[in-house]
Amino acid sequence: MSTNILEAKNINKYFHDPIRVQVLNNINFSINKGEFVSLTGKSGCGKSTLLYLLSTMDTDYEGQIFIDGDEMPKKNESFLAKIRNEKIGFVFQFHYLLNEFNVLKNVMLPGLKLNKYSNEEVEQRAMEKLKILGIEHLALKKANHVSGGEKQRVAIARALINDPHIIMGDEPTGNLDKKNSDLVFDIFNRLCIEFNQTLLIVTHDPSFADRTHRIIHMEDGHILI
Amino acid sequence: MKKKLLIDIAKSLLFARWKQTLVAAIGVTFSITMFITLLSFMSGLNDLLDGLILNRTPHVRLFNDIKPNQNQPVKLATRYGNAHHFIESIKSDANRQAIYNSGAIMESLKKDKRVLGFSPKLTAQIFFNDGSIDITGAMNGIDPIEEGRLFHFNDYVTAGNTADLTKISNSVILGKGLAGKLLVNIGDIVQVTTSKGERFQLKVVGLFQSGIRDFDDVQSYASVSTVQKILSEPSNYISAIQVKLKDINLAPSVAKEYEKLYQIDAEDVQTANSQFETGSSIRTLISYAVGITLLIVAGFGIYNILNMMIFEKMDSIAILKATGFSGTDVKNIFIYIAISIGIFGGLLGLLFGFGLSATIDQIPFNTASLPTIKTYPINYNPRFYLIGIMFSFITTYFAGWFPARKASKIDPVVIIRGK
Repeated sequence: MSTNILEAKNINKYFHDPIRVQVLNNINFSINKGEFVSLTGKSGCGKSTLLYLLSTMDTDYEGQIFIDGDEMPKKNESFLAKIRNEKIGFVFQFHYLLNEFNVLKNVMLPGLKLNKYSNEEVEQRAMEKLKILGIEHLALKKANHVSGGEKQRVAIARALINDPHIIMGDEPTGNLDKKNSDLVFDIFNRLCIEFNQTLLIVTHDPSFADRTHRIIHMEDGHILI
Repeated sequence: MKKKLLIDIAKSLLFARWKQTLVAAIGVTFSITMFITLLSFMSGLNDLLDGLILNRTPHVRLFNDIKPNQNQPVKLATRYGNAHHFIESIKSDANRQAIYNSGAIMESLKKDKRVLGFSPKLTAQIFFNDGSIDITGAMNGIDPIEEGRLFHFNDYVTAGNTADLTKISNSVILGKGLAGKLLVNIGDIVQVTTSKGERFQLKVVGLFQSGIRDFDDVQSYASVSTVQKILSEPSNYISAIQVKLKDINLAPSVAKEYEKLYQIDAEDVQTANSQFETGSSIRTLISYAVGITLLIVAGFGIYNILNMMIFEKMDSIAILKATGFSGTDVKNIFIYIAISIGIFGGLLGLLFGFGLSATIDQIPFNTASLPTIKTYPINYNPRFYLIGIMFSFITTYFAGWFPARKASKIDPVVIIRGK
């Protein structure tokens, strides 16, 4: 049996404002190393909410989340920040690049924060990641001077910089056209096959989801499959 | 390493909005400039006004006061030792104004480590005769060298040379007002009459202007020996010893000590001129209040600009937090921004403050009552600069702290999901 990278046990989540509504109902699942999983469902079914719980950014839930076998605490903010830095890579629908920095620096930031390698090593690693994604020629451009599809690839490079256990994506292709969507999917697929990278991607694009290894389908706060 | 990264991010955010940053920094610069200038000017003025009196006033003055004897004969009668005495028609005891044993007192003052220096003095009431007119005046016998060193006498001598008092026998320095009344100038001879009726011819070797008109109209200075001669007194006749201490604050206690030790009356400068300290401290208080108000206003400017910056940079803050920067890291970034504005603006303010005070120092300021002052007075006390930079640091820290705390509390999920 392969290792559990991410495991959710009995997750319940409520929204309190304006009235108490249950959005996630007894969620149980686990993801193994090297799996390429998509999380699908209609708008409002709770898939993004679940993703943010799993990402440790939202700590208001009942149940347990294990990343790499360790249970995530719900209080210790700086500890969780460290977990996100080290073990999770994020790709959002919007790229969230910092316009003040060039592409290379954007990719390097989480690596510098991790403080495991020297500046030069981080820079070299960032260049490698950019090369994998075929955008090394953009390294010294300002983040707001590259195209939308390229930005998303920079965001993926940024997610990869610390060799995370898992990459989480929240509609990473939501803002992209067909060509760029395919490109991003191919990148994810290649990461999974070549680098044995674990991926959990929230999407409501069926053509994207169908090509992943495993689909977790959600409806009204429940997991169907 | 980690700190360096945060500072690096802070720097990028700062320079990305350098115009806003500059406006914030200029606010701090302006307030520090005004703070420094105001305090330097105000304090220079204080020193000037205090100096007007305090420089010329001895810290402790030893003299024989005209007052009734404390030990009336009835006290010596042991029979009435515990009784309350009602004594009427007491007269002041003033048979001798000279200080007893003045030579020995001066010898012992020389050995006192707390004493910076002292100068003997004696005063004579005289009349200046100008034809048929007699002008009442006072003649002070002084040691010109010590008087100049300790009490800045030379500053007030506007014409002639103080040293001539000792070099030329029977010489005198007249107050400017007095000289005007007598229509004399340097080199002329004035005739004086003592209260005992003796006449002397004195040569005018200088004129002085103290800044206090009543003083200049009646006072004159001569050497101690000249005045002793006029009064027909021996060379140990001295009516006061003016002591200058190394630390003015010791004056009251030293005065009390000398009073006991030398069996003499001693008056300290604080008792003699208490009103000056009150005036100075209130003026200083007002300038500090104005300066600090300016700084607080600048602090609000920084607060606003940082708040705006945080609203603009919501996305950046969200992604920083999503990729592993903790709330504390984000807070530190914004505090670094605030403090660098404060330090940059503050240092520039110190520089401009120094420049502005130096400019004011060059503006001519001539007034008849202050002969030594040619330009506006400025006190370049490094303490003001230290306080200025410290305050700019503290106000910007607090101005940055509140927005920074807000930034640290931003929930990345809310921002990211809101898109």
